[in-house]
Amino acid sequence: MSVAAHLPALQVVLPLAAAPLAVLLRNRTAAFALVLAATWAAFAISVLMWQQVAASGPLSYALGSWPPPWGIEYRVDALSALVLMLVSGVAAVVLPYCRASIEREIRRDNHYLFYAMFALCLSGLLGIAITGDAFNLFVFLEISSLSSYVLIALGRDRRALLAAYQYLIMGTIGATFIVIGVGLLYLMTGTLNLADMSVRLQSVTSHRPVLAALAFLTVGISLKLALFPLHQWLPNAYAYAPSAVSAFLAATATKVSVYALLRFYFSVFGEGAVFKQLPMAEFMLVLALAGMFVASAVAIFQDNLKRLFAYSSVAQIGYIVLGISFDSVTGLTATVVHLVNHAVTKGALFLLLGAVMAAMGGVTLARVRGIGRVMPRTTFGIVLCGLSLIGVPGTAGFVSKWYLILAAMEKGQWWLVFLIVLSSLLAVAYVWRFVEAAYFRAPRADLAQVREAPLALALPAWLMVGATVWFGLDTSVTVGSAARAAAMLLGAVP
Amino acid sequence: MSLFSHFDYWVMIFLAMAGLFIVIARGNLIKKLVGLGIFQTSVYLLYLAPGKIVGGTAPIIDAAFKVYSNPLPHVLILTAIVVGVATLALGLALVVRIREAYGTIEEDELLRHEAPDAGGESRP
Repeated sequence: MSVAAHLPALQVVLPLAAAPLAVLLRNRTAAFALVLAATWAAFAISVLMWQQVAASGPLSYALGSWPPPWGIEYRVDALSALVLMLVSGVAAVVLPYCRASIEREIRRDNHYLFYAMFALCLSGLLGIAITGDAFNLFVFLEISSLSSYVLIALGRDRRALLAAYQYLIMGTIGATFIVIGVGLLYLMTGTLNLADMSVRLQSVTSHRPVLAALAFLTVGISLKLALFPLHQWLPNAYAYAPSAVSAFLAATATKVSVYALLRFYFSVFGEGAVFKQLPMAEFMLVLALAGMFVASAVAIFQDNLKRLFAYSSVAQIGYIVLGISFDSVTGLTATVVHLVNHAVTKGALFLLLGAVMAAMGGVTLARVRGIGRVMPRTTFGIVLCGLSLIGVPGTAGFVSKWYLILAAMEKGQWWLVFLIVLSSLLAVAYVWRFVEAAYFRAPRADLAQVREAPLALALPAWLMVGATVWFGLDTSVTVGSAARAAAMLLGAVP
Repeated sequence: MSLFSHFDYWVMIFLAMAGLFIVIARGNLIKKLVGLGIFQTSVYLLYLAPGKIVGGTAPIIDAAFKVYSNPLPHVLILTAIVVGVATLALGLALVVRIREAYGTIEEDELLRHEAPDAGGESRP
């Protein structure tokens, strides 16, 4: 067999193997080079697989040549190919940024461990997106979660420790709920393969354990994806983690959880069971709307910019879940598009904030006063990302809101269109707070000499900002893949 | 009758609720981890108990035996135990660091330390 046949395994194995090797190397430059090579290779693999899937349909890979449903199956379809490409792409951009960024934030003799944790977290997230086995999904979820607790705890503020501890408690409860759900499904069907499970669920006559499984999985995954009101761990975790970690996790961790939710809802239970027989659509609609409004309103009153945009993430997750609640191809397209667009926007935003943090020593509104004069390019980048959060035409955020509004109009729910626009106005309010501080105030005397961000920080950040604008103008990659994924989830095409 | 035929599930539910209650109700960070451990352990029962069939034997095909127990749950739970150990170890390590940074591991005292949110300024 050629290497090409083993791409799905290599996708996960490369970063997974790089992690322990980086620890053994005990040298930060060597560890960085190794993890960088693994990450870029993973990105290349994901692009290759995405092209294969687009050309010739889903890939199935039997791990260790044990055929599914007995062995663990890696399955790449339209949705997972897109998520794999998103996660590895963000990692490929963030990792070079890490080198310059953690120089200022983490003790030098810990750097090689940081890279090892980064590689572990990446392989966990990729594993969730690629696996076709329910228990394997839980294991990868824990690999990514445990490494992200460590990454968050590395923040130089001591509150990072509390944030990591809180996330550990909430995350473990969420993961345990997921195992209970998977266990109940395993009891009822006798299989762990997701595709096999969905077939066998059709003939299960006793519905109560299946409903319980659905409930446990919904709550467990909602904890991980920070669906309002289960988002309590998120703002502190993003605010006090090292800048590069905030950027990586904000762009990928919650998105992969959304993927897991879509996978269980549409590929295992089936949309008929979830949305036709149960009032899940109404339930998710209410939580999504509450998240959009409450989290945005809370964001307006934050003084720490990282916290402000962390709350904005909770609100944006509301939009993503809102798309699911429509239970239509357009709604799911909006969900998947927003998954990508928000990941790119928030990634860019946190990378830029990391550059601000490095230059000014903090990201409170009081500290960044007048930053428009001393760091004009970085400030402009943050404003561009802010416009994308609001959904201004020409940015990625507009495309996803456009599809959300289309989905609402399809259902004839005009009041929802109104609410989506209204919640965008709240985004205007919190972005305006930054604009006001940045452009209309004089810089603090001691920070007036601050220079523009160095190239090592600016280049990765601008790559992401570029993607934010690009996905707003050319939607062939994002909307094209998302529409395919949505059609696949709703069973229109395999 | 059905109460006793499903008694392993009742044990599991009791352990899970006890664990979750400790996580929520206790303010001591180590006790919270103990509760979390109990909660995680309860799930092992959910997997293991149905794997055993009365009169079943290890799944080695032999003419003398007709009934086999399912070995897969044990393998799965072995993995889950490793995950649980790793979580507990990491949690305890975080508690050690929190104690070094704050001098306490009681939640209410920690919250008092952090009550006025000063924003993202780093402190020594």
